Amino acid sequence: MIASRRLALANFWVGIGAFGIASVMALMQALSRADLDLPWRTPGMYYMSVTAHGVLMALVFTTFIIMGFGYVVTERTLERALVGRQVAWVGFWVALAGTAAAAVAILTGNASILYTFYPPLMAHPAFYIGATLLVVGSWLWCGVILRTWLAWKKDNPGARIPLPLVGMLAAIFVWLLATPGVAAEMLFQLIPWSLGLKETVDPVLARTLFWWFGHPLVYFWLIPAYVVWYTVTPRVAGGKLFSDPLARLVFVLFIVLSTPVGFHHQLLDPGIPAGWKFFHTMNTELILFPSFVTAFTVVASFEVAGRMKGATGWFDWLEKLPWGNPQFSSVALAMLIFAIGGFGGAINAAFGMNAMVHNTAWIQGHFHLTVGTATALTFMGLCYWLIPILTKRELELGLLARVQPYIWFMGMLLFSVSNHLTGLQGMPRRVYEFDYGGSPIAQEWAAGTGISALGGVFLFVSAACFMAVMLGTGLAGKKGYEEDIEFAEPLEPAGDKARILDKMWLWVTIGVVLVMAAYAVPIIQHIMMDTFGSTGFRLF
Amino acid sequence: MNVDLYERFWMWSSGGIIAVFIASIIYTSAAQSLQPPSHVETIDPQTARTSPGFAQPSVTLNADGSATVHIMAQMFAFLPTEIRVPRGQPITFRMTSPDVIHGFQIVKTNGNAMVVPGYVTQFTTRFDTPGEYLIVCNEYCGLGHHIMFSTLIVEDDVEMAGDVGAGAGQ
Repeated sequence: MIASRRLALANFWVGIGAFGIASVMALMQALSRADLDLPWRTPGMYYMSVTAHGVLMALVFTTFIIMGFGYVVTERTLERALVGRQVAWVGFWVALAGTAAAAVAILTGNASILYTFYPPLMAHPAFYIGATLLVVGSWLWCGVILRTWLAWKKDNPGARIPLPLVGMLAAIFVWLLATPGVAAEMLFQLIPWSLGLKETVDPVLARTLFWWFGHPLVYFWLIPAYVVWYTVTPRVAGGKLFSDPLARLVFVLFIVLSTPVGFHHQLLDPGIPAGWKFFHTMNTELILFPSFVTAFTVVASFEVAGRMKGATGWFDWLEKLPWGNPQFSSVALAMLIFAIGGFGGAINAAFGMNAMVHNTAWIQGHFHLTVGTATALTFMGLCYWLIPILTKRELELGLLARVQPYIWFMGMLLFSVSNHLTGLQGMPRRVYEFDYGGSPIAQEWAAGTGISALGGVFLFVSAACFMAVMLGTGLAGKKGYEEDIEFAEPLEPAGDKARILDKMWLWVTIGVVLVMAAYAVPIIQHIMMDTFGSTGFRLF
Repeated sequence: MNVDLYERFWMWSSGGIIAVFIASIIYTSAAQSLQPPSHVETIDPQTARTSPGFAQPSVTLNADGSATVHIMAQMFAFLPTEIRVPRGQPITFRMTSPDVIHGFQIVKTNGNAMVVPGYVTQFTTRFDTPGEYLIVCNEYCGLGHHIMFSTLIVEDDVEMAGDVGAGAGQ
């Protein structure tokens, strides 16, 4: 058991709570998609719910679960208490206060500017300040884990960094490379501008700073999910991790390649020369590699599990896997979905093809496969594993937990496939309705949006099952559950293999150099250019 | 580092796939000029409504048969609300916004670009299939985002397109 159990739990519960509220917002959007004539259905309500869903899912649910999981991994793998647990609690409260401020601004309709918050749409300052505090809280989390790791390193010279912690450190370094972008956007642009201290902001500069943060953000979500896939699930499946050094290689590649890629979200922006877009596109293609490797290593680990249980044929190892255990099925299904999402991502990033799908329904179809399933469903599986251990209560409503990942999987296929298709038919994303003056072209989308609405209802049912299991376990689970946190063993211990992968500062330095190469020149060029700022607009 | 034979095979294959992706991007962008719209030109959003080309946004037919289309993307409409262009000719779109960010998307084509206040978005394309196309805003711009659209009509008869657009040139 770990020393900071209550701290980790506090983070998990905030994340789970945010997930619950965000799921209700998602249901509102799904019903809107079905074009049902509900009394409270207005454009204002719709765009508010899109904003709340995006912020609470993508920024709050993920960040808090990752912080909680980070503390668990650090204390368990290093077998020591956090250095500076008070600082960690301060970080928790700062992040929570920021979340509350931003949530109030959104839910009262004062910040319906979506989770990308592009100026010159202007929200209430509480939204920007709140979101910034969430990031500041997460920086304290980074600091506490880094300090604990460095203290351990000093006491254990030459020891290999435990693999789960390598992943967590990678997530932390990616976060520290990424967040300066959004911090600069908030501190120099959006906060003073929303407070009236600054009259105008440059929207292209704001978008550039946002996507400096916005794309590595997806790896910040994904890397902790990979930690689960590599170091938790093989054990749940009854096997071992296929290759320890390759897992380390994957995490290190993320540190290096996650950040210098943001312009692939701005391929269709004016004001950015094509050469820089091309450079970022190339980096984006390279970052496919660690995910390809992951697909092999983790599936091979599952095969090892099946064979350890006596499978001998080509595919019978699949039958030996614990498909009824939600800790396993959630991850296996998340991986399956992520394989589709990964290829979609390669299409999004392709210089030319991007124009077909940019800002269409394809995009929400895409990221609900990646963050919405690869990460979210994995985190649900993580909760099924950790919440009973941390609360020392047995998992309640086990039957719901068993079916929940499958309902999510089906709902996500319905939702996502239909959105990909309507996106290819040209349907724009994030529209309250799509009549367009009775355009016959727009009518063609109706079949797809109907299916996506049905998928949304499935997903809501699945989310409700998850919430019921979590609340049931937390409030009424049978006390006395005594399991320890155990990570998967590799087939062969790392030993002395590929020690260079443990040299974190080397990889971080390369990461910094690449971020500089990707951003320093275009941002300086941009600032030197004569641009005209924009005043704020609030029409929501 | 000792890597399992199958995994090594997998890694080389993955590297190969990525190499093909990269090569195809380099080839299409270099040989077929398939580039995202990356025009760099600034404009003051406060005075955009009276700027040359954008004061009365419309279609201008050029002597060589090509056309230039000026579009003002604003809350919550594209001006002009109907655009007629000749088939098979290079059409250059020039767009800006006097308020927030909008997205300009000609449905079922790869005509797709962000319109950002303070900047002029420009790209050139060609329509080979005559007919009526739907243009939608694909970047959230406020409460009326979903009612922001216009129509593009691609016509065989250049003269007819000329009747509509030529006189309105700046």
